[in-house]
Amino acid sequence: MKSIKLKKGLDIPMEGAAAANVVSMSQPEKIAIVPDYFLGFSPKVAVKEGDTVKAGSVLLFDKNHPELKIVSPVSGKIAEVARGERRKLLYVSVKRDAVTTYEKFAPISLSADRATILDAVLSAGFGAFIKRRPYDVVINPTVTPKAIFVSAFDTAPLAADYNFLLKGRSADVQAGLSVLAQLTDGKVYYSVSPDTDAELRHMTNVEITEFVGPHPAGTVGVQINSLSPINKGETVWTMNVQDVAALGKFAKTGKVDLHKLVALVGPEVINPCYFRTFAGTPLSAITKCNISKGVNVRIINGNVLTGVQTTNDGVLSPFANEVTVIAEGDQANELFGWIAPRFNKFSNSALYVTKLVRKIFPKMAFAYDTRLLGGRRAFIVSGEMEKVFPMDILPEQLIKAMIAKNLDKMEQLGAYEVAPEDFALCEFVCTSKIEIQRIVREALDYMRKELE
Amino acid sequence: MNFIKKIIDRVKPTFSEGGKLAKLHSLFDAVETFLVVPNETTKNGVHIHDAIDSKRTMFTVIIALIPAMLFGMWNVGYQHFIAIGQEVGFFAEFAFGFLAVLPILLVSYIVGLGIEIVAAQIRKEEVAEGYFVTGFLIPMIVPIDTPLWMVAVATAFAVIFAKEVFGGTGYNIFNVALITRAFLFFAYPTAMSGDAVWVRTRDAFWWGAGEAVDGFSGATPLGQIGVAETSTPAFHDIMGNPIGFWDAFIGWIPGSVGETSTLAILLGAIVLIVTGVASWKIMLSVFGGGAFMALIFNLWGPDTAIAHLPWYEHLVLGGFAFGAVFMATDPVTAARTETGKWIYGFLIGVMAVIIRVLNPGYPEGMMLAILLMNVFGCLIDWFVVQANIKKRLKRVNSK
Repeated sequence: MKSIKLKKGLDIPMEGAAAANVVSMSQPEKIAIVPDYFLGFSPKVAVKEGDTVKAGSVLLFDKNHPELKIVSPVSGKIAEVARGERRKLLYVSVKRDAVTTYEKFAPISLSADRATILDAVLSAGFGAFIKRRPYDVVINPTVTPKAIFVSAFDTAPLAADYNFLLKGRSADVQAGLSVLAQLTDGKVYYSVSPDTDAELRHMTNVEITEFVGPHPAGTVGVQINSLSPINKGETVWTMNVQDVAALGKFAKTGKVDLHKLVALVGPEVINPCYFRTFAGTPLSAITKCNISKGVNVRIINGNVLTGVQTTNDGVLSPFANEVTVIAEGDQANELFGWIAPRFNKFSNSALYVTKLVRKIFPKMAFAYDTRLLGGRRAFIVSGEMEKVFPMDILPEQLIKAMIAKNLDKMEQLGAYEVAPEDFALCEFVCTSKIEIQRIVREALDYMRKELE
Repeated sequence: MNFIKKIIDRVKPTFSEGGKLAKLHSLFDAVETFLVVPNETTKNGVHIHDAIDSKRTMFTVIIALIPAMLFGMWNVGYQHFIAIGQEVGFFAEFAFGFLAVLPILLVSYIVGLGIEIVAAQIRKEEVAEGYFVTGFLIPMIVPIDTPLWMVAVATAFAVIFAKEVFGGTGYNIFNVALITRAFLFFAYPTAMSGDAVWVRTRDAFWWGAGEAVDGFSGATPLGQIGVAETSTPAFHDIMGNPIGFWDAFIGWIPGSVGETSTLAILLGAIVLIVTGVASWKIMLSVFGGGAFMALIFNLWGPDTAIAHLPWYEHLVLGGFAFGAVFMATDPVTAARTETGKWIYGFLIGVMAVIIRVLNPGYPEGMMLAILLMNVFGCLIDWFVVQANIKKRLKRVNSK
């Protein structure tokens, strides 16, 4: 097995990692599918209010590629098709049956040809869970990818432990990887870390690589850049390993079972733990009675670097393996931050004694909240992003090309290879507090509009 | 400590839009963020941020400048009392220097920050902290006898035409403090060069007046070597006693206020390198480039005193060390790629020595070398970026 060591990057120590136990939760009466989470998907509604659906029934399909579908994770009745301004589809909600019934599909035979397998994957709604680069959006089923990347670990702060998420599911993962292997002309790259459990390390039909190093070693962007960088005209697909396991289960049984484990984490969670549920579950059901009282909190779908801010009224994102709760901090009123020692603040720079504090008090908890901790400025300091960006790309120059909407420069500097999440650490360490992920997202959308 | 926040909250409406003093909003905002960390939270992207910010970064530079500033103040008094033939002791020397430098510091801050605040108000942005450093640098790089009105005019020129017209902190091409220095140098050459400006012989706030004693000459070592009639690079203090490398290293020689003591500057360099605020690559390569070029002149240069000046003396005389540590490392005007920083610094060192040696009219080669390389910083970066682009293209073509 090839092993790649990454030196650049940053592990952000946070309190509130999930304990390795699954807490039972009362399954919600109603779930909601929010198409906005599937970037690049132009939703058309396939159902009407009052329709009966099973788990695996199509709720939405894509306007440009109707074979791309989003299916219901539960069986029940369509409760509402909610639209906002200019009839934009907000969500489709389903009132759950007491007992889940499943749509029947034929199991996938690996000896079938690519078109048949792809058709089976798409018809059960798994296409929507696969993202593609360039642009980091939902796949275009008519383009065959040169490679597919699956990462078996996550290095983000407080990320769910994939060993725990996939305990006993290695057969499902293997089946899913084998299906993916039929969908690409090239290889499926499957990346593990030194901590990955033995049962998840030994997969066939894939190229296994071990990545050693701090975050973002576990993100597919870095793995793509070091193993099979994307050139102009090439496409790579990426899929989260929990979704690969669901795909594998489907391939073996013909049953669309979208249950997954989700971690509830963060310093403001009383008992951080795992829940077994599915995308679309109201977050109030997950966070119920488990958040510190008296603190203004922020609930994040995903991790603190790339997650989406939401509220208790929101629902679980299909791409989140954890829900993070941190203090908002908007009432902090901290005095003289520019000179105070602030021992409990975390910084990757030597302007704070973070490194010393961590050496003397290894268990010291740093205080995090959602404040910018500074004012927004133009680019001033140079060289800080490069320290946390382990890709063969010049981050600052690429970001500037993106701000300038200079398509040629973006292309030359590697915009096809990146997703906003790859720049999350750059945004975290940025002295000037520039909104880098937003800039990258807007630039990728602009590129896609102009070039596709 | 909550009362500070209470006071701020009470006066805030007056300065906000629609309030009586809304025109002073950016000033109020600057004071507020100085006192209290803004409670503004993220709306998208990362939900937590590194605790580093531009205020802390800039104030670290000022902390790094303090040793050189304090030494410079003492040295102003020290040189003054030697020149007028009085012995007054360390504290009186420092007090005199403090009183002599303070007006320049105040003029620099009042003029520069005033323009900065007006510009921020016009652009509806926050006041950026860049000028806190620039304003501190300006008194350190001018001769002590520079008339205050000249400092005011030069500062205004530099802040408006070298910074605000480009968009403010982060967008300027040239180092603002050096533009101030260059403006003075070219607009008022008689006040900025020669033997009379480097040591104050008149009073400071009506104190310490006296007559320069016989035999006094206020020429800086580089000035002396530049006009030397022999080809031996020797220099002396203001009373004519020969001095050498260690005197220049410690810094009790005439020169611009903050630039004479390489020792104090190195203390600042340690602060900047340990905190990572300034690039050690640039500092090291500036010294490397200067030493390299001086060695070449030592070996094959013209037969003049300055060409024979040993390389290690080049590094401790004039503004070389100060420029290397505090000016060349300004991240906005320097090269921004890591490879570029090595080249950028090295060329500054080389250019500074070339200008010193080949053009004795400008003993202060450092200022011109840095301003010149400010222009070429972007070009150096362009080549580094181009190499990255070529590598990516090669990946496609090699398939």
